[in-house]
Amino acid sequence: MTSLPAGRIIRFALLSLGALMILAPYIFMISTAGKTQSDIFTSSLSLIPEHFYFAENFAKALAKVPMATLLWNGVIVCGLIFFFQVLVAIPCAYAMAKLKFRAARLMMVLVMLGLLVPIHATALPLYVAFDRMSLLNSYTSLVAPFTISVFAIFMFLQFFRAMPDDLIHAARLDGMSELGIVARVIVPNAWPAVTAFAIFSVVAHWNDLYWPLIVVSKQAYATPPLGLMYFRAAEAGDDYGALMAATMIITLPLVVAFLFAQKRFVEGITMTGLKG
Amino acid sequence: MSALSLCDLKKSFGGNAILNGVSLDVEAGEFIALVGPSGCGKSTLLRILAGLDHADSGEIFVGGRDMSAVAAADRNVAMVFQSYALYPHLTAGQNIAVPLAMKRLSRTQRLPLVGSFLPGQKEIRAGISRDVREMATVLKIDHLLDRKPGQMSGGQRQRVALARAMVRHPSIFLMDEPLSNLDANLRVHARGEIVELHRRAGVPTLYVTHDQAEALSMADRVAVMIGGNLLQLAAPEAIYNDPAHIEVARFVGQPRINILPALADAGRVDFQGIRLALLEKVANGPVSLGIRPEFVKLSPSGRSGLAGRIERLEFLGSEVIAHCRLDASGDTVIAKLAPHEARDLITGMPVGILLSPEQAMVFGPEGRRLRTASAAPARQEPAYV
Repeated sequence: MTSLPAGRIIRFALLSLGALMILAPYIFMISTAGKTQSDIFTSSLSLIPEHFYFAENFAKALAKVPMATLLWNGVIVCGLIFFFQVLVAIPCAYAMAKLKFRAARLMMVLVMLGLLVPIHATALPLYVAFDRMSLLNSYTSLVAPFTISVFAIFMFLQFFRAMPDDLIHAARLDGMSELGIVARVIVPNAWPAVTAFAIFSVVAHWNDLYWPLIVVSKQAYATPPLGLMYFRAAEAGDDYGALMAATMIITLPLVVAFLFAQKRFVEGITMTGLKG
Repeated sequence: MSALSLCDLKKSFGGNAILNGVSLDVEAGEFIALVGPSGCGKSTLLRILAGLDHADSGEIFVGGRDMSAVAAADRNVAMVFQSYALYPHLTAGQNIAVPLAMKRLSRTQRLPLVGSFLPGQKEIRAGISRDVREMATVLKIDHLLDRKPGQMSGGQRQRVALARAMVRHPSIFLMDEPLSNLDANLRVHARGEIVELHRRAGVPTLYVTHDQAEALSMADRVAVMIGGNLLQLAAPEAIYNDPAHIEVARFVGQPRINILPALADAGRVDFQGIRLALLEKVANGPVSLGIRPEFVKLSPSGRSGLAGRIERLEFLGSEVIAHCRLDASGDTVIAKLAPHEARDLITGMPVGILLSPEQAMVFGPEGRRLRTASAAPARQEPAYV
């Protein structure tokens, strides 16, 4: 191996240190998932478990937590949220980017304002509304508040603005309606933006604890983080090994998905000019 | 009845007038080139025609039918864009098929999956792919049909764009600088091909360009547009030899026409020995005298003609361009000479500048052409004074 210049070594070391700091809790989680109860509560801190207890911890987690239900709920909720967000945001962003209408400026201001309002501000009125409609403990209450994502509109808007006008003019002359243009020209060419947005949306809603905690009180509709909380409160108590094993299971789908689609995600993010 | 007629089209953007009342008639099967410097409104005019933009006032008739309220999709107008505007996610063949699919298949037949079970859909699709193949063969791109635009060269994309526009047999064909993204050799070649295709299809064509060579070489008639006004619409020879306006004379012709200040006095124009009788009544005062560089000769001895000096010589192979300055007025005069005429010329030398009065044109103070009676009797060879 050729000797590395000092500058590169320093840079590499700094980056590794940063990566290690960010990954440390995750590594610790994996390590804890493999430890026995006594291992966890010893005074000495070691990353490698003394007795490998992975199988037992995972078995306990799978037995005590309805893991399949949790994961299925997570998939349903994230999938529906993402589907509706894209369904609403793409035509909306197309109209704002490429059509001329009088309220365009006003809409832009509204989108910007929408970016500033967090879910916590609207949580109470939404809760009251869902309660009145008897929709608490349902997929509707988990999905509905997030179907219109101003962030998605904003992100697609930036992406569509960069699309050439001539492409849309050509589509109009070829006989497409505005909806036809969205479906046949815009969507097939917006995949980089859609994949980039998919990470933001799916990660945020898969890991969200706040909103499910407000509208869901039954195991049957619990999303993965909420299910874990029930598990901790009711069953695990201080059984951190099993808890960490359960946590690993629910983070696994995202990690695997990211590793598989890594290249496309990075492409998508750089193409929209948004740094995640 | 003309195939296309525009009546007094006006358009302005935020107080800036882009089109000042443009009227134009295109006859059936005619090829008209709309030429002008960038920003003169020619592309805006084309977009209004296609229905992609709206005029503030004025009327558009295609085949006698008023198009003002007709949407772009229903005008049966095809357009080739400067950037080609091919759908990047579709192959060349699919690109060409789009206008046919939109026209021949119903809304439900176009749906993915569901559409493929509907009766009649298969026959129509077969017809479309047959027409696409036929069009591709005419344009010699049948071997490219499975490639996406990203895998094709500029010239190939340009052909696919042409094929997509021609395949549905439009009633009008619009082209917005379709050759400006090609390299020089390919451009000259493509010019000939477009003219040939037009002759075969016979669809009236409006061709926008800023390249006067394209306009003059391709079109049946040339429309010169400057500053939102259509200044002249005539055959290429007339545009060059008999411009109606000083801006037309300036825009057309390479190198540019020489414009010299002269005085009109009692129905005559005088410029350093050139005398022209005006056929129209004009107030006494300054006018402009225009003379093409090929009607300027230089006399190296300096004994005849106006005294001047050569400032710069440009050798272009078949011709030599001499930039001269008149000693008396300081005006620049450009002469286009054959190489053998320029053999004895060197930069900086004093020369006699000879202008041909029969070829001189007079323009009024507001730029309009003023008719003149030829001062000298017509001869075979132009006389130089």
